[in-house]
Amino acid sequence: MEALRDKDVIGEWRIEVFAEESRPAYDRVALTSYVDTWDPMALQLDGATYEGDDLVTLHLGDPVVAIDRTARKVHTGSGSTVEYDALVLATGSYPFVPPVPGHDLPGCHVYRTIEDLDAIRADAEKAVRGRRSALVVGGGLLGLEAAKALRDMGLSPHVVELAPRLMPLQVDDGGGGLLRQLIEKLDVTVHPGTGTQSIESDRGRLLAKLGNGTELDVDLVVFSAGVRPRDQLARESGLAVGERGGIAVGPDCLTSDPDIYAIGECACVNGMVYGLVAPGNAMAEVVADRLLGGQSTFESGDLSTKLKLLGVDVASFGDAHAKTEGALEVVFNDAVAGTYKKLVVSDDAKTLLGGVLVGDAAQYPLLRPLVGRDLPGDPAAMIAPSGGVAVGVGALPDEAQVCSCNAVTKGAINGAITEGCTDVASLKTCTKAGTTCGSCIPMLKQLLSAAGVEQSNALCEHFPQKRSDLFEIVRSTGIHTFSELISRYGTGRGCDICKPAVASMLASLGNGHILEGEQATLQDTNDHFLANMQRNGTYSVVPRIPGGEITPEKLIVIGRVAQDFGLYTKITGGQRIDLFGATVDQLPLIWKRLVDAGFESGHAYGKALRTVKSCVGDTWCRYGVQDSVRLAIELELRYRGLRAPHKLKSAVSGCARECAEARSKDFGVIATEHGWNLYVGGNGGFKPRHADLFVSDVDTETLFRVIDRFLMFYVRTADRLQRTAAWIESLDGGIEHLREVIVDDKLGICEDLDAAMAKHVESYSDEWAGVLNDPAKLARFRSFVNAPGTPDPTISFREERGQPVPLGMPVAVSR
Amino acid sequence: MTALEVWTPVCTVADLIPNRGAAALLDGDEQVAIFRTSEDEIHAISNVDPFSGAAVLSRGIVGDLGGVPVVASPMHKQHFDLLTGACVDDPTVTVTVYPVRVEDGTILVGRP
Repeated sequence: MEALRDKDVIGEWRIEVFAEESRPAYDRVALTSYVDTWDPMALQLDGATYEGDDLVTLHLGDPVVAIDRTARKVHTGSGSTVEYDALVLATGSYPFVPPVPGHDLPGCHVYRTIEDLDAIRADAEKAVRGRRSALVVGGGLLGLEAAKALRDMGLSPHVVELAPRLMPLQVDDGGGGLLRQLIEKLDVTVHPGTGTQSIESDRGRLLAKLGNGTELDVDLVVFSAGVRPRDQLARESGLAVGERGGIAVGPDCLTSDPDIYAIGECACVNGMVYGLVAPGNAMAEVVADRLLGGQSTFESGDLSTKLKLLGVDVASFGDAHAKTEGALEVVFNDAVAGTYKKLVVSDDAKTLLGGVLVGDAAQYPLLRPLVGRDLPGDPAAMIAPSGGVAVGVGALPDEAQVCSCNAVTKGAINGAITEGCTDVASLKTCTKAGTTCGSCIPMLKQLLSAAGVEQSNALCEHFPQKRSDLFEIVRSTGIHTFSELISRYGTGRGCDICKPAVASMLASLGNGHILEGEQATLQDTNDHFLANMQRNGTYSVVPRIPGGEITPEKLIVIGRVAQDFGLYTKITGGQRIDLFGATVDQLPLIWKRLVDAGFESGHAYGKALRTVKSCVGDTWCRYGVQDSVRLAIELELRYRGLRAPHKLKSAVSGCARECAEARSKDFGVIATEHGWNLYVGGNGGFKPRHADLFVSDVDTETLFRVIDRFLMFYVRTADRLQRTAAWIESLDGGIEHLREVIVDDKLGICEDLDAAMAKHVESYSDEWAGVLNDPAKLARFRSFVNAPGTPDPTISFREERGQPVPLGMPVAVSR
Repeated sequence: MTALEVWTPVCTVADLIPNRGAAALLDGDEQVAIFRTSEDEIHAISNVDPFSGAAVLSRGIVGDLGGVPVVASPMHKQHFDLLTGACVDDPTVTVTVYPVRVEDGTILVGRP
């Protein structure tokens, strides 16, 4: 549907969608991650509601029950009848439940929908704590996903697999053996080469008997023994079906009726049913193209997969089982390192046919595109544990797909580079490569380098270092002036890029007031006057209102100040009040009043912590489960004044309804019944992005510790003006890497980060109070050096809706 | 006829922080931005940013681009050559440069 709406620019087709499930389309591949949030919205596909699209109508919870092919009408469960010009069947598949006695007892589940997981969770919670376990029937991809979900719910999973190894479709015996070793370390017990004979009810629990005689006491059973195409509707309508099920279609995805298409897991293309998402998407593209008069065809689905199961990398591509005649296998099985690598090559050892990687699948993006092509070197050398020849991106032919998610070839990427793309960001925009799973981003960088595009990290013409390197220099040398830094590590006199950047580093490292000594000369005008410059050269003033909580007395002070100085007032998006139209010489007078009333700087002018928004929380709200206001205030007071590569925003919601919009923030907190969930890397603004769940159900102390480290690591390593969202995306390994660094302390720097934040919290003082107490700093707040009392004659106001607003100014240059 | 030279004393060198500017008012509401560089050179250009019309150039960051002393407009960051008034980012735009003299530590601004 997305493909059709993208391609159908003139609106040729009106789309009616009838769905059995009551939710808009969601990411079933990521179903297991539902356990992290229990938030169905987190899985919903972007744009799945088609809100505001007049050409798409969703009928959720209203499946088609019959097709009248002669009249070209469908009848739905709710009793309505709809005519069609073309019908697309995308009914998917249903879980196969083996006819084991007892398979329908309470406590037996399948693993396919959000509702299935909710039911599993309900049963898991009923189980007595301490000895909770579960049986997973089927050790394929889905079974291991289910095992992970169960383990995340606190149960000990047992996995039963008929085949002698796990993931029999994707990996071979060697790979399966290693996979078993690796996941058994994670409290998952594997029973290979045996089936489930019966399930019986036993004193409130379930007793499962296996074919090898093992008896297992479990709290629940999950069947994940494969799926079957849902072709019943097609059968009843007289459409042709495949020998082993699935609606028969040709490469054009047309069924035996020329007005009906079938795509995805319900379709049987040339005798083959595909249970993966990528072939399904490819079929959808074919149908969208054909509906618009195109001629594209679905050739054959790539069954290659790379995934992380229970933290273990598994990849399988091409002819993984060496079924090709004369195929040779090259295997490295490194039990110590916990890696298994196999390449399948042609009988002359020149052409790559396929492979299996377990434990370390880093070479997958380079090897998969080489399938069916000549190897650039000796196959053994390519997967040798060490000292091997690394496969370079140069070895790939132009037709090789670099981004398999969006089917972008090396040729297309090189084309975009020739046309002027000079960085990963522009390649993403131009080609869509790297925009889905991101695993090809290192290859995009290599292609840029290979094309001779120098990706300069230099801060500006005065400093060859990138920001994070410069930060480390400042931190380790203890240099505390810009002039010393530029004379030792840079050239020239500096500019409006490096000066504020260095000023920010000095402030992050605690070098006293930002207007002290030479630091004053480095600050952007906003930091220099501790206020935000507006279009007519006046400034706006934002006192801090932690958590958005304010007493009536303080509100009155703000109102009186605005009245007395003739300021325009507006409530900000961050739950505070902005006072506009102050001239430079008015700023200290305004702040004297505010500081005397107990206000302090809100840092609205700085690349620093702005606000921590909050909903009203459980103090008042009937639905709240935690005191979100108190936490927001504590967070805001803890991190106020922290200078960072860019502004930082935060919010705290007192329950999952998320009224504070925490997931649009750099770090957002949402209350749970047991503690707090922390989300990081959200953004509103130009490129909106929901924050990702980082840690869940933690207590307040742990929450503070994780946020301390998150912010300090960001301050140290992000690029200039890089928000946390872009920073996390840019990290090699993304959010997982971030978790390794600041939760698992993989780099051993957490103690240092903690100490740095403790120093910040301890040394905080209000910047505006610091100015009011220092005559030298105060003296800079004057309109004219030779006429301090004279107001700037270019500034004038008119009234709009009862408040002053700037009068337009004559502009010499039109832009 | 000889041109009448008008010089207005605006402040002392010590009134200015190196690498920072200040605004001064000349007769007839004319505003100049005066800058003191790290080498203690004094420059004066019009204080009005031609792109926004706001009198703010004195509040920009002083530095150099390729060795040329510049101020960056605090409004939208265009750079102006302190010696010629030329906009580095848009060669069609120039701001007025004012002559400057320093006598006994006092800065005097002349008429362009």
